[in-house]
Amino acid sequence: MSDAPVTSNLRVPHSDALDKAADVEGRSLWQDAFRRMQANRAAMASAIMLIVLAVVCFVGPLFVPWTYEEIDWDLLEATPPNFELKHYLGTDSLGRDMLARLLQGGQVSFMVGILATSVALVIGVTVGAMAGFIGGRVDQFLMRFVDVMYAVPLMFFIIILMVVFGRNFYLMFLAIGFVEWLTMSRIVRGQTLTLRNKEFIEAARASGGSTTSIIIRHIIPNVLGVVIVYVTLTIPQVILLESFLSFLGLGVQAPMTSWGALIAEGAQEMEITPRTLILPAVCLSTTLFCFNFLGDGLRDALDPKDR
Amino acid sequence: MWAYFTRRVLIAIPTLWVVITVAFFLMRLAPGGPFDQEAPLPPEIMANLKAAYGLDQPLWWQYLNYLGGLLQGDFGPSFKYKDFTVTELIGQGFPVSIQNGVAALTLTILIGIPLGAMAALRQNSSADHAAMTVAMTGIVIPNFVVGPLLALVFGIWLKETVFALPVGGWNNGAFENRILPVICLALPFIAYVARITRASLIETLRTNYVRTARAKGLPFRMVVLRHAFKTAMIPVVTYLGPATVFLLTGSMVIETIFSLPGIGRYFVQGALNRDYTLVMGVTILAASLVIFLNLFVDLAYAWLDPKVRYE
Repeated sequence: MSDAPVTSNLRVPHSDALDKAADVEGRSLWQDAFRRMQANRAAMASAIMLIVLAVVCFVGPLFVPWTYEEIDWDLLEATPPNFELKHYLGTDSLGRDMLARLLQGGQVSFMVGILATSVALVIGVTVGAMAGFIGGRVDQFLMRFVDVMYAVPLMFFIIILMVVFGRNFYLMFLAIGFVEWLTMSRIVRGQTLTLRNKEFIEAARASGGSTTSIIIRHIIPNVLGVVIVYVTLTIPQVILLESFLSFLGLGVQAPMTSWGALIAEGAQEMEITPRTLILPAVCLSTTLFCFNFLGDGLRDALDPKDR
Repeated sequence: MWAYFTRRVLIAIPTLWVVITVAFFLMRLAPGGPFDQEAPLPPEIMANLKAAYGLDQPLWWQYLNYLGGLLQGDFGPSFKYKDFTVTELIGQGFPVSIQNGVAALTLTILIGIPLGAMAALRQNSSADHAAMTVAMTGIVIPNFVVGPLLALVFGIWLKETVFALPVGGWNNGAFENRILPVICLALPFIAYVARITRASLIETLRTNYVRTARAKGLPFRMVVLRHAFKTAMIPVVTYLGPATVFLLTGSMVIETIFSLPGIGRYFVQGALNRDYTLVMGVTILAASLVIFLNLFVDLAYAWLDPKVRYE
C-alpha cells in the first residue's frame, strides 16, 4: 500500500471524523446473527412455519368440535372428510375425529421436543461447563463417563425403561433427555476449554469471582450461540425418537396419541384409507424438515468459523 | 498401536459389564413378572414356574448365575417362547438382521458416496442442489414413514402391475422379499453418507496439497481419485461406527413393518411381552456389536489418516 491515501485520510478535518463515528452504530453479536438469519429465506420460512404449526396444535383444539378421544357413535368407522358432520379431515377406524387427533398428536410431539431437549440442555451444559472449566480429575471422570455412555446402545435402554416403569409420559421426557445430553456436554466442554484461558475470565477471577459465578456469568453466556444451534438440531431428533417409540407401541398411552402413534395406526389401515397414514406422516416430516432448516440457518448465522 | 488396542479392549470389558448389570437389575425392578396372566395362576403353579426358571433364588445368586451363563454363551431360557433358549432365538434372528444390514450398507456405499462426490465436484450446480434436497428428504422422513408408504405404493397401488413386490414376510430370504426392507433401511444412510461425503470432499479440495497436485499438472480426475478421495473418506468411516447403532434401531422398525424374523423384531416383541431374558440378550448383543465396531472403526481411522497416531 502506498503512503498517499493514508496521509490524505489524516488530513480529513477532525470534526468530520467525529461526526462519522457517531453515525456508525455498534452491532452486537446477536444483532449480527439476526441480520444474517433474516437473509436466509429457507430458515426464516421454517421458523414461521414452525410457529404457525405450534400455535395451530395448541390453540386449534379449542375450535374443533370434537376431542381427540371422543368417538362419533353414529359412524364407528373410517369416514372421508365430511363438512356436514364437522369432521373436516374425516375420522379414523373407530370414528374419532382425525383433525382433533392430529392436533393432539402435534401437542405431544412439540412438548416432548421442548421438554426433553430442556432436560438434555440442563444436564449437558452443566456437565460440559464443569468438566471444561474445572478440568483435571473432574474433567477426566466426567468425560470417561460420557465415553462409556456413548458406547451403549441407549435406544435399547429407553425401551427397557418404558417396559419396566410403564408407559409414563413424564418418564419418557426424562429418559429421552438423559440420552440426548451426551453430545451437548462434549460441545459445551470444547467451547469452555477455549474460553477458560481468555483474559476476561482471568479478570473475573482476579476480581474475586467464585468458580460457580464465573461459570454462570461468563462461561455460559459465551457458549450460548453454539448451544442454541445444537438445541435446534436436538429437538427434531427427540421428536423422531418419541415417534419411533410410539410407532413401536412403546410411547404415549391410548387414547392419547402422537404423530408416531397415528402413523402406526394409519399403517394398519392404509389399504382402505391411505389418508390416515399420509396426514400424520406429512405433519411429522414437515416439522422435522423445518427444524433441520432452522438449525442449519442458525448455524450459518452463529457459527464463528464462517464469520 | 498395540498398547492403544489393548487399552480399548480393556475399557470395552467394564463397559459391557455395566450394560449387563444395569439391564439385569432394571429388569428385576419391574413390577409384574413374565408369568402374569389375566387369570392369575394358582400359587403352587406359580412357585413351580419360578423354581423352574430359577427365579426363587436370591437376587445376587440369579445375577451370578446369569453372568456365568453369559461367559459360556448361554443367554438363558426365553420366558415367552417356551421350548426356546434366548441363544437359539438370537441364532435364528441374527443372520436375518445381519444380511439386511450388510445389504443396506452395500447400497449406501454404492449410492451414497458417488452421489455425495458428484454433488461436491459440481458444487452449487442444480445437480448439487437436487442431490442435497433428496438427501435432506431422506434424513427428515423417518423410515417408519417410508416403510408403510413403500408398502402402500408397491404392495397395494401397483398390485396388478409388474412392479408389485411382497410387503411382508421373509419367505426364506427370497430376493423380492428383501427389496423393500433393504431400501427402507438404507435410505437414511444413503442420505447421511451423501451429505458427509459432499462436505468432506469440498473441504479436501480446498487444501494446499490438492492445489499442489493440480499445479504440477495432474489431470483433475487423478487429483480427485488419487489424492483427495482417501482423505475425504475419513469422516465417512467415522460415521460408520454410529451407523451400526442406527442399523440396529432401524432393524427394529423395518422388521416390525415387514414382519421379518430378525433380532429387532424379537426385541420389540420381547419388550411388549415382558420377555426379560430375550430383551436382555438382544441388548447385550447390541452393546457388544456397537463397542467392537467402534473399535474397528477407530483402527480403520488410523490406517486412513497418517496424522492419527494412537499411543
